[in-house]
Amino acid sequence: MQYIFDLHKTLLDHNLILVYEGEFTQEITKSILAMAERNMDSSGEESTVKRKVFNVMVECLQNIVKHAGDVQKKNAAIFIVGKLENEYVIVSGNPIETAESEKLKDKLEQINSLDKDGLKSLYKEIIKNTEISDKGGAGLGFVDMARKSGNPLAYDFIDTGDGAQFFCLKASISRL
Amino acid sequence: MEILNLEGTEDTPKIILDKGNGIYEISGRSLPEDSAEFYQPVLDWIEEYAGGPNPSTEFVFKLEYFNTASSKLILDVLSALEDIDGTTIMWYFHEDDEDMEEAGEEFSELVEIPFEFKTY
Repeated sequence: MQYIFDLHKTLLDHNLILVYEGEFTQEITKSILAMAERNMDSSGEESTVKRKVFNVMVECLQNIVKHAGDVQKKNAAIFIVGKLENEYVIVSGNPIETAESEKLKDKLEQINSLDKDGLKSLYKEIIKNTEISDKGGAGLGFVDMARKSGNPLAYDFIDTGDGAQFFCLKASISRL
Repeated sequence: MEILNLEGTEDTPKIILDKGNGIYEISGRSLPEDSAEFYQPVLDWIEEYAGGPNPSTEFVFKLEYFNTASSKLILDVLSALEDIDGTTIMWYFHEDDEDMEEAGEEFSELVEIPFEFKTY
């Protein structure tokens, strides 16, 4: 049973207030959002910060719902919210096809190279020309996450050894 | 013309489109799983309304939150309203919600319809 204590300690050491691992659906998205909202309400979080955290969480969770099934058909992924002294961190991890990782890397690099006005222009450019995909996305999720968080998006790709990559994404939202 | 009246839920907005009483309003939260499917009845309603609109149409958006897939559909709704003479968009935002204010400004730059901004 040592792992229970270890896990508990890891969560505390990293200030993680919410960790979910498993299948992702719209229903689960709504439950996770409700839990995080209650947590922020009960701790009296600033409404501006609360809205931004909610916003980034939605985009992150709906990304997983739409894409996590691509590799394993099981929507298996992890979603984490951390609450530090100065910021909230919203983290997701899900397996993707290796071929997808290059495309994602380019997209995220482009987004991180842009300042506030650059992101605004990119958002407007995409929304004018986009069509909703078969998966229901508008191709605006990462841009919106970067805009709302006000910080670059951190990311990593970890080789899972079975021809897929584990895509980790972290958005940070400063607390006022 | 039939009234479109949808109750709001935790992930879909409340919608009232009522030609007879001159009420056109989308309010609350919009983060449905399938935004295109959710907004289709709204686009259909506007298309029919465009055939015989009231002299003026004050279309109210009073959104607390919307996801990016909904933002594309909101732009589609605004584009559909663009062709209706006498349309004004009343864009409400919570007084400390700069992101919602900015979102309204961006939409106003993407379509040729007058916007009025109001806080609640």
